[in-house]
Amino acid sequence: MSLNVENYFRNLLTDDVIFSYKGDISSEVINLILDSVERQTKEANDPSKIRKKVYNVLVESLQNLYHHADPVPGDFEDQGSRRFGMIVVNRNSSGYNITTCNFVKKNKVKQLADKLDKINKSSIQEIKEFYKFILHHQKITPKGGGGLGLVDIARKTGNELDYQFLDYNKEYAFFRLSIDINSLQDN
Amino acid sequence: MEPIIIEGTPKTPTVHFDSGAGVFKLEGRSIPENSVEFYKPLVDWLDKYKENPLPKTTVEVKLEYFNTSSSKCILDVFKKLEIIHKARNDVEIKWYYEEDDEDMLEAGEDYESIIRVPFEMIETAD
Repeated sequence: MSLNVENYFRNLLTDDVIFSYKGDISSEVINLILDSVERQTKEANDPSKIRKKVYNVLVESLQNLYHHADPVPGDFEDQGSRRFGMIVVNRNSSGYNITTCNFVKKNKVKQLADKLDKINKSSIQEIKEFYKFILHHQKITPKGGGGLGLVDIARKTGNELDYQFLDYNKEYAFFRLSIDINSLQDN
Repeated sequence: MEPIIIEGTPKTPTVHFDSGAGVFKLEGRSIPENSVEFYKPLVDWLDKYKENPLPKTTVEVKLEYFNTSSSKCILDVFKKLEIIHKARNDVEIKWYYEEDDEDMLEAGEDYESIIRVPFEMIETAD
């Protein structure tokens, strides 16, 4: 029995959710999500510093889905989505949490896990140096990012990137990335 | 040289590159999915401008947000300015950041440490 994505999504929807979406991640969808969440962070009167961090992390998270989500498995219910992704934004007294999910081919899992582990083991100073190194030395990829997105998220939040690869089928894993943005940051 | 004047959108910045003015501007949000497509004409334009630059070139960067895909492209823009500066022309990059936006200040400092062009960091009111 493979993972039930619909149930998994439903379980992410707690009382703190201010935004959720599941489906094709197109450029237009990204615009709508950014607008909606930006409006809500403004209405919540969060300090601009937090609002900007949330916006930045949201941009990188969504564009990671846009550029890197693998095409959906052949047995997946939503065959219409070119790039299938899920995003859930939570807000509570300790800050924001942004969770994204997408399909990843199993042969790419190790590379992604290694990258996340490397970031999580690094100090904030090391992450800043790492960011600068990639910016300076890595050639721009056709996807444009040059692999800076996750490093940037870790740098801006100062938090570990919580992640999980769930087994979907022989070929695919379902990747969950969960990012906290603390409401009170002194760094 | 024909100037490049581009109106900003929610995802791309306002651009004002006019060789008649000597002050070039990049302002707003730079968060497109495909940054290369947006920045390539600017980099190409500077490539031509560097053949016959003004004695003094000032570039004002006032970005509210930029994504990592843009960060590499912005570096490419700055690399062209570095070449102009190296050829003994006066070049300055004014990097604006909003009060409290330490992330934007740090981003400017990153560029300052990579690019050999004088930077001025300017704090603006929120």
